[in-house]
Amino acid sequence: MSENRYELNKNLAQMLKGGVIMDVTTPEQARIAEAAGACAVMALERIPADIRAAGGVSRMSDPKMIKGIQDAVSIPVMAKCRIGHFAEAQILEAIEIDYIDESEVLSPADDKYHIDKTKFKVPFVCGAKDLGEALRRINEGAAMIRTKGEPGTGDVVQAVRHMRLMQAEIRRIGSAAEDELFDIAKELRVPYDLVQYVHEYKKLPVVNFAAGGVATPADAALMIQLGAEGVFVGSGIFKSGNPEKRAAAIVKAVTNFTDAKLLAELSEDLGEAMVGINEHEIELLMAQRGE
Amino acid sequence: MSVRIAVLALQGAFIEHEKMLSKLGIASFEIRQKKDLLHSFDGLIIPGGESSVQGKLLKELELFEPIRKLITEKVPIFGTCAGLLLLSKQIENDGRVYLATMDITAVRNAYGRQLGSFYTAESFGTMGKIPMTFIRAPYIKDVSDSVVILATVNSKIVAARQGNQLVTAFHPELNDDLTVHRYFIKICGGEQLNRIID
Repeated sequence: MSENRYELNKNLAQMLKGGVIMDVTTPEQARIAEAAGACAVMALERIPADIRAAGGVSRMSDPKMIKGIQDAVSIPVMAKCRIGHFAEAQILEAIEIDYIDESEVLSPADDKYHIDKTKFKVPFVCGAKDLGEALRRINEGAAMIRTKGEPGTGDVVQAVRHMRLMQAEIRRIGSAAEDELFDIAKELRVPYDLVQYVHEYKKLPVVNFAAGGVATPADAALMIQLGAEGVFVGSGIFKSGNPEKRAAAIVKAVTNFTDAKLLAELSEDLGEAMVGINEHEIELLMAQRGE
Repeated sequence: MSVRIAVLALQGAFIEHEKMLSKLGIASFEIRQKKDLLHSFDGLIIPGGESSVQGKLLKELELFEPIRKLITEKVPIFGTCAGLLLLSKQIENDGRVYLATMDITAVRNAYGRQLGSFYTAESFGTMGKIPMTFIRAPYIKDVSDSVVILATVNSKIVAARQGNQLVTAFHPELNDDLTVHRYFIKICGGEQLNRIID
């Protein structure tokens, strides 16, 4: 992948900032998401809550289904492949997907190696629980990072934990002495130049979104205030009572994330939120997949 | 020269514009809702992002009419990518139009999906070659006689000006070159004084 292409791919993520990326399973849902103000949609056969409920192996979606969603909307379309499954990624690239999510929500295909994302022309977004994981994915060619959260639960606790941890580590590296950066690189198992970037700019070298468990306008505002540059909403929208209204409210909450009065208005009459499962009630922690 | 620029910050790459302005020593602030328009400013930037998102939020946050009014009152405005689409009177492959104040016909996602995104360098007006980054970009297919074409890439129009309105299909805020922002600041300083909107 040329340097130019990687820059262009990071640039696309910059255009998504301040926006909401919504999980959709049908062209109809994709149209609802676009009309509600989604800046991109994630095309997948089953939303994370249903993947969790169904159990078993979950894989890349049917390309035909993804193409149906590409035809239905004018905003960028993303799709998920399994961790390490570079052949699924090749297929998604062949249908000109705008972004590939190498995702822990699907069953991992490789328990040791992630995809060498530098071999692709299309951009990748990857999940990360902490700064080391984020920088390792970036070193492999990820052009965008998101927290892992705990998909399909409607419980925001893990996304909060990951975002706080990442920000705390960025602050630590930002204030470290320059001769300490070598050891930090070793400790995080990442190349020195990435640590140096974080030290100098006090941020990740790519755009960083929140994902996992975001279900309300308040959740979205919380994540943006904690430092996320936008949010992914998975099961939270189409598992709720009034998807259109909830989706539009979350979009507005991301733009005006510090205006509590407006957030109060946005939180009114949204119908039933997704039921949700607490983190400690679940047996399968998807966020643990892929380090 | 102490001009102050407002940057529409509903969605997209608005921080990048603010950084370019600060490199030029120009003060800026963000517009996220109606009350932000109460500040005085000399020009407004509509950033890249998704035009459908920004267009929707403009309406729902009651910014649409006031901003449209500002443009017709000749407040300088600079739209990049999605901003270009928001200002276009017609979008060939999209039924929606938004502020529709500039006499241009745009084509949305004119170069296809992300694989069609590209980087090049071309002339901008008489100001020499500048870097141009196109991300799922539109181009301008048609302009009226009062529109000045400022740049073309492969014979497609990618930058234009009509009076107080400046648009680029590319993202000058993503490269280090300050030519386009400097040009816009000149429009803001030279052709418009401070104003307060009620």
